[in-house]
Amino acid sequence: MSILERSISAEAPLLSVNGLTRFYGSRVGCQNVAFDLYPGEVMGIVGESGSGKSTLLSCLAGHLETDAGQVVYNGQDVLTLPEPARRRLMRTDWAFVHQHARDGLRMNVSAGGNVGERLMAGGARHYGNIRKTAEDWLERVEIDPGRIDDRPSAFSGGMQQRLQIARGLVTGPKLVLMDEPTGGLDVSVQARLLDLLRGLVRRMGLSVVIVTHDIGVVRLLADRLMVMRHGQVVEHGLTDRVLDDPQHAYTQLLVNSVLPT
Amino acid sequence: MSDYNFAYLDEPTKKMIRRAILKGLAVPGYQVPFASREMPMPYGWGTGGVQVTAACLTPEDTLKVIDQGADDTTNAVSIRSFFAKVAGVATTTRTGEASVIQTRHRIPETPLRSDQILVYQVPIPEPLRFLEPRETETRRMHALEEYGLMHIKLYEDIARHGAIATAYAYPALVNGRHVFDPSPIPRFDNPRLESPAIQLFGAGREQRIYALPPFTRVQSLDFDDHPFEASKADGACALCGATHTYLDEIVADDQGTRRFQCSDTDYCMERRA
Amino acid sequence: MIRVENLNKDFILHAQGGTKIPVLRGAMLTVKAGECVALTGSSGSGKSTLLRLLQGNYAPAGGVINVAGLDLATATPREVSALRRATLGYVSQFLRVVPRVPALDVVAEPLLNLGVDEAEARERAATLLARLNLPERLWGLSPTTFSGGEQQRVNIARGFVHPYPVLLLDEPTASLDPVNRAVVLQLIRDAKARGAALVGIFHDAPARAEIADREVDVTIFAPQAEPA
Repeated sequence: MSILERSISAEAPLLSVNGLTRFYGSRVGCQNVAFDLYPGEVMGIVGESGSGKSTLLSCLAGHLETDAGQVVYNGQDVLTLPEPARRRLMRTDWAFVHQHARDGLRMNVSAGGNVGERLMAGGARHYGNIRKTAEDWLERVEIDPGRIDDRPSAFSGGMQQRLQIARGLVTGPKLVLMDEPTGGLDVSVQARLLDLLRGLVRRMGLSVVIVTHDIGVVRLLADRLMVMRHGQVVEHGLTDRVLDDPQHAYTQLLVNSVLPT
Repeated sequence: MSDYNFAYLDEPTKKMIRRAILKGLAVPGYQVPFASREMPMPYGWGTGGVQVTAACLTPEDTLKVIDQGADDTTNAVSIRSFFAKVAGVATTTRTGEASVIQTRHRIPETPLRSDQILVYQVPIPEPLRFLEPRETETRRMHALEEYGLMHIKLYEDIARHGAIATAYAYPALVNGRHVFDPSPIPRFDNPRLESPAIQLFGAGREQRIYALPPFTRVQSLDFDDHPFEASKADGACALCGATHTYLDEIVADDQGTRRFQCSDTDYCMERRA
Repeated sequence: MIRVENLNKDFILHAQGGTKIPVLRGAMLTVKAGECVALTGSSGSGKSTLLRLLQGNYAPAGGVINVAGLDLATATPREVSALRRATLGYVSQFLRVVPRVPALDVVAEPLLNLGVDEAEARERAATLLARLNLPERLWGLSPTTFSGGEQQRVNIARGFVHPYPVLLLDEPTASLDPVNRAVVLQLIRDAKARGAALVGIFHDAPARAEIADREVDVTIFAPQAEPA
């Protein structure tokens, strides 16, 4: 084993999820979900609508209350953190990318204001610096900095999504939760976004949990893959292994694989 | 006296309002919900301020009412005569003689004293409202001191106008804890929110009361590189010549000649007397 | 560098009532550093399956797949990822890339993932693409628009841009003209010379004869007719 590999396996997970469970009345939202996520790792969660993948993500983000389980980050169970500490975590170390950009953006605030919000929430009080950082981030997500004072409503869907990403990443988070970030975008726009995300993941060493029903997206973005059905994880492993050699009946159905020999 | 209970409101109601006021004084800048009553005037005419005033008045008080600095507007005159009738209290237009002053959108120029109460009429008490329409969310933001949103408003101002354009209802941080809306007073008045007098804020339609105890620290929000400025029109009062007071710009004749005049009519008259 | 013992592989088709298709039984393979082993056997005999098992792409039904000290049969996804990043290279027949990424970046990506500085990674990628005679005007374009031979050279460059100690080759010379075929064979010889362990499938018999030290016929690992 090389030095690099040894250093990697010695590293502690960034996020440890154990027994995460959420019911909607008597119906299962997600049940007994467990996984570790390491620094710099991208994990995809796939499954059809109602499989529990979005419930899981909402529980991780604290948008939904959980019935049981732990979400351990930095040695602390995020689910039991006092609300102020949890919300502070969500706007500094974590970021959430919504499927619909308008859920993650302030549509009546300029692009610069949107990107600057997390900085100002964190106590930044120098207008010039905030603006410079916002310009820098617009450039990094390939939006013309000249449009810093435009409102998101004047942007295309792909630009809105990139703006949402800039807004989340401006504080240099370690963990990003994404809910169908490429959903509803044109194929060519999706490709651009995927490329951008890969670059950001690599350069910032981000850990990502990405929920999607698009197998193509996880193949290109995720190191690891979790397949969910009826609220349960049915298969879990290296992305290409799960997709190319699916073991579970449901995964086989999902990837609709023609088996090569 | 009339058949009304003293100061119009029944005693249990006044007690309820006083409790809200005391709570507001105990937690400066915090918006205390209260069961606002129907008053014999429409919302927007100071029903919140009137209820707070009614709960504060004693038969020995002397009341002054101003509307944008003036004692002689319809709103000011009718509220003054209302209390003269239902509470039988003395009224005055002189700031120095009043023990309770109800105001709409101004702080008197004459420095207030520790034996005076200033009651503000408030249309929208929630400073976060324009960016976050959900009351549940704004309450949580206050609870958790999440005030990044307030600076977004100022950021947007500078981005669009090159300077903080918010000229009235300028938000401020009270006692290092709660961001509050000082009602639509001009930002020129913001520095005088730190005062020896008790300041009470009543929003009738929104059913909120909040307060500043004497000498509470009130910091107007700003940026390091765009500091708060208590600006006013650059000119002098055409009547008294004052250059240090808040000035109204008025059209003086049919030719459209414009001139400035003290917004605080009592202060202006005293200077000329 | 590679040690495969008693490796079994089945495919279970749940859509067809759980039909089990056995593909490999008791496969054995050892490859030393500096050695190149060619997998042979008729089409469908399991060459690609074995190669994919070596890459960690397929999950074995039993046995040991030790690659550079890591048993892929039991390794965690993370360990496999780390192995692929630094140690285990793979030249596939198919190109799978984000559509709009330029060819140069596609080739440089394995280096970037290893933390190599962006300028240096691009320079090394450029050197290799030039050696493979890919016209410079194509470097800034996405390989998804390229011809088969051009895509193949991008794949090869991606596999050789980092000196992986273990390299798996799936038909590396398939759609190449004689000039580029010679370049690829030289790259393989260079890799052997620096001590890499190579395993490949080469339908190109002269190429195989030229670079393979040994041939392993995977037909011998084909399962005997056994009850499903």
